[in-house]
Amino acid sequence: MRRPRQENQRKVKETMKDTIELRWHGRGGQGAKTAALLLADVAFKTGKYVQGFPEYGPERMGAPITAYNRISEKPITIHSNIYSPDFVAVVDDGLLETVDVTAGLSPEGAIVVNTQKSKEEIVPLLKGYQGKVYTIDARAISVEALGKNYPNSPMLAAVVAVTGVMEPEVFLSEMKASFEHKFAKKPEVIEGNMKALQMTLDFIHE
Amino acid sequence: MRSIDINERSPWQDITEGNKIYEPATSKHFCTGEWRTATPEFIKENCKQCLLCVPVCPDSSIPVVKGERGEFDYDHCKGCGICAKVCPFGAITMREGK
Amino acid sequence: MAIRERLSGNEAVAYAIKQINPDVMPAFPITPSTEIPQYVATYIANGEIDTEFIHVESEHSAMSATLGASAAGARALTATSSCGLALMWEELYVAASDRLPIVLALVNRALTGPININADHSDSMGARDAGWIQIYAESNQEVYDNFLQAFPIAEHKDVHLPVMICQDGFITSHGVENILLVEDDKAKEFVGEYEPEHFLLNSKEPMAVGPYAVSNYYMETKKAQREAMQNAKKVILEMAEKFEKMTGRKYGFFEEYRMEDAEYAIVIIGSAAGTCKAAVDKIRETTGKKVGLVKIRVFRPFPEEELAAVLKNMKAVAVMDRSEMFSATSGPLGAEVRAAMYQAKADTEVVCYFYGLGGRDITVEDFEQVYDNLEEMAKTHEVKGMYDYIGLREK
Repeated sequence: MRRPRQENQRKVKETMKDTIELRWHGRGGQGAKTAALLLADVAFKTGKYVQGFPEYGPERMGAPITAYNRISEKPITIHSNIYSPDFVAVVDDGLLETVDVTAGLSPEGAIVVNTQKSKEEIVPLLKGYQGKVYTIDARAISVEALGKNYPNSPMLAAVVAVTGVMEPEVFLSEMKASFEHKFAKKPEVIEGNMKALQMTLDFIHE
Repeated sequence: MRSIDINERSPWQDITEGNKIYEPATSKHFCTGEWRTATPEFIKENCKQCLLCVPVCPDSSIPVVKGERGEFDYDHCKGCGICAKVCPFGAITMREGK
Repeated sequence: MAIRERLSGNEAVAYAIKQINPDVMPAFPITPSTEIPQYVATYIANGEIDTEFIHVESEHSAMSATLGASAAGARALTATSSCGLALMWEELYVAASDRLPIVLALVNRALTGPININADHSDSMGARDAGWIQIYAESNQEVYDNFLQAFPIAEHKDVHLPVMICQDGFITSHGVENILLVEDDKAKEFVGEYEPEHFLLNSKEPMAVGPYAVSNYYMETKKAQREAMQNAKKVILEMAEKFEKMTGRKYGFFEEYRMEDAEYAIVIIGSAAGTCKAAVDKIRETTGKKVGLVKIRVFRPFPEEELAAVLKNMKAVAVMDRSEMFSATSGPLGAEVRAAMYQAKADTEVVCYFYGLGGRDITVEDFEQVYDNLEEMAKTHEVKGMYDYIGLREK
C-alpha cells in the first residue's frame, strides 16, 4: 500500500475553489448522513463555513440516499443540492451498479469508494470517470480497530485525506476531543475509533 | 372600556381588543325578558321547595336564597315553560303574554 | 461575544425556545418539524428549562391548548408543518381574532395532495388570511434571529397578534450551517418577561375571551385586527432595530441584495433566496449586468408600498412562488406584488414563476435563466403570460 497523501493534498489545494462541494452516496441506515454531518462538524471546528444536509425522501432502511457537504472559507448562501461535486464518497460499493455516482463529478476531483474489492475492479464501474479513484476497506479497518463494522470513522478519515479540507493532525486532534465528549461514558471505544482514523490516513490509496 | 358602554352603534375603535370582556356577569345587562311571549306564574302555596325547576331553567331566572326558591326574575326569563313542565305539584303555570 | 455554532434550523429554533424558556408548549409531531418539540422535551427532561410541555392527540388540540394557555396568561407556543397546520386551521383564526400573542414555529412543507414531505410554502400561504404575522427565513441564522424577535412583536401592546416563524422544510430545518447565537442573558433580556395586562387566571379581574360576535360586531372586530396588523409594521421595524443594536444583524420587511443600481430583480421568499444571491454575484462578476434580489421576510403584514417603491423603477421583475393557488394570475406572492405594482402605477414588466413545489430543487443556473428571461422581456416588452414554471418537465 502506498502513502501518497502529501502529494494528493497539494494537488487538491491547487485546484481548490472558494467552496469544496462533496456528495455522499449510501444506503438508509448506513450512516452517510451522519458522516456528512460529522465532516461538517470537524470542518466547522477548524474555523470553516460549512453545510451538511441530506436529500430527504421517504425514510427506508437500505434505500439509496444522498447527502451533501459544502465547506468554504466564506459564508455559504447556496441552498440547492450539489450537481457538480468536487468529490464523491460512496459508502456502499453495491450502489455503483445502480446509482450514477460520478454524475457531474469534477475530473479535477476524486471519488472515494468503500469496498473490499481492488481499485482495478472498481474503475470499470465508474462510467469512464477520468479523475482520481481511491478505495478504502472501511469494513476491514473498522473490524480491526473497533471489532465491529462501523464504516463512518474510516470513511470520514478517507474523505478528509482525499479532499485535503484540513491537515490530518488537526483532524485527529479535533476528532479525539469530539470522541472524548461523545463517549465520555464509554472511554474504551475512543481508542478504537482513533485507531480506525489513523489506519485510514495511513493506508488510503489511489 | 366596560361592556355596558359597548353597543351596536359603537365604532370599531371603541370595541375591546378581541371583544374581550373584562368584568363578570355581564349577561345581567342583557334583558332577555323582552323576548317573552308566555309568562310563568309562581303559585307559592303549591310549592314544596323540591327545587326541580331551578336547574332546568336555561336563563338562571329562578333565584334561590337559603335553600328556597323565590319569585321569577322576569328581566331575564324568556318564558320557555320548561319549569312549568317539570313541576310535579302544579306550582308553576304559564299564561299568554308578558 | 456571540457564540459561534453549527446547527440545523430545527436545532436553532429549539435553542431559541430554550433561551426564552416559555411557559407552555403543547405540540404534536409531524415531519419535518418533529425535532423542535423533541429537542424542547429533552431540555425539559434535563431540567434546563421549566416549560410545561403538553402531550396532545392532534394539531387541532395542540393549537387549542396553546390558545387556552395564552388566554390564561402564559407565554405559549407550538410547532408544526404541512397537514399539521391544516388541522389547526380553525384555531389559527381564533388565535388571531382573540388577539393572543402566540408564536408558532412553522417548518414549511407541502400540503398533501399528492402526499409529499418536502419544502413548499402551501401550508403557510394557505394560512396567510388567518390574521397571523408571518416572518420567513433564508437560513438557519435568520430563523433563529426571527424567533427571538417573535414574542416581543406578538406581545407588543399595539399588536397583540400571533406570529408564525417560517423556515423551509429540510433545506434549512435539517441542514447544518454555521450560526451565531446570542448569549443566554442577552437573549433573555431582549425577549423580556411576559406581563399580560388581562388574563383569565387573574382572580382580581374575572373576564371572558372569545365571545360570540353577531353581524353588528364581526366587521368592526376584523377592522381592529387589520389595524393591529398595520401597527405591527412599526413594531417589526422597532424590534429589528433593537436586534441590530444587539447583534449587528440587520432586518426589515425584506432584504435588498445588490439592488442599489439594479435593473432586473427577482422577488422570492425563503431558502432559495440564498441560491439566488449566488446567481446575482456570478452574473454581476461575469457579465456586469445589473441584477438584484428582493427577499421577502415579512409576508404578513405585506409591505406593499415599500416593496413597490423598490421595484417600480426596474426594467423587469420576476416574482417567484413556492406554492400553487390555482388563480388566474400566479401564486400568492405574485398576486400581492402585482397588486402593489398596479397601485403604485408602475409600468414595470412583471412575470411570475412557480418553482420548488414539493421540494423540487432550484439551482444557481435556474436563477441565471430567470435573469436572462427578464432581460429578454424588457427588450421585447412581451410577457409570455401571467405565469411560467422553473424546473417543470413538459413536452
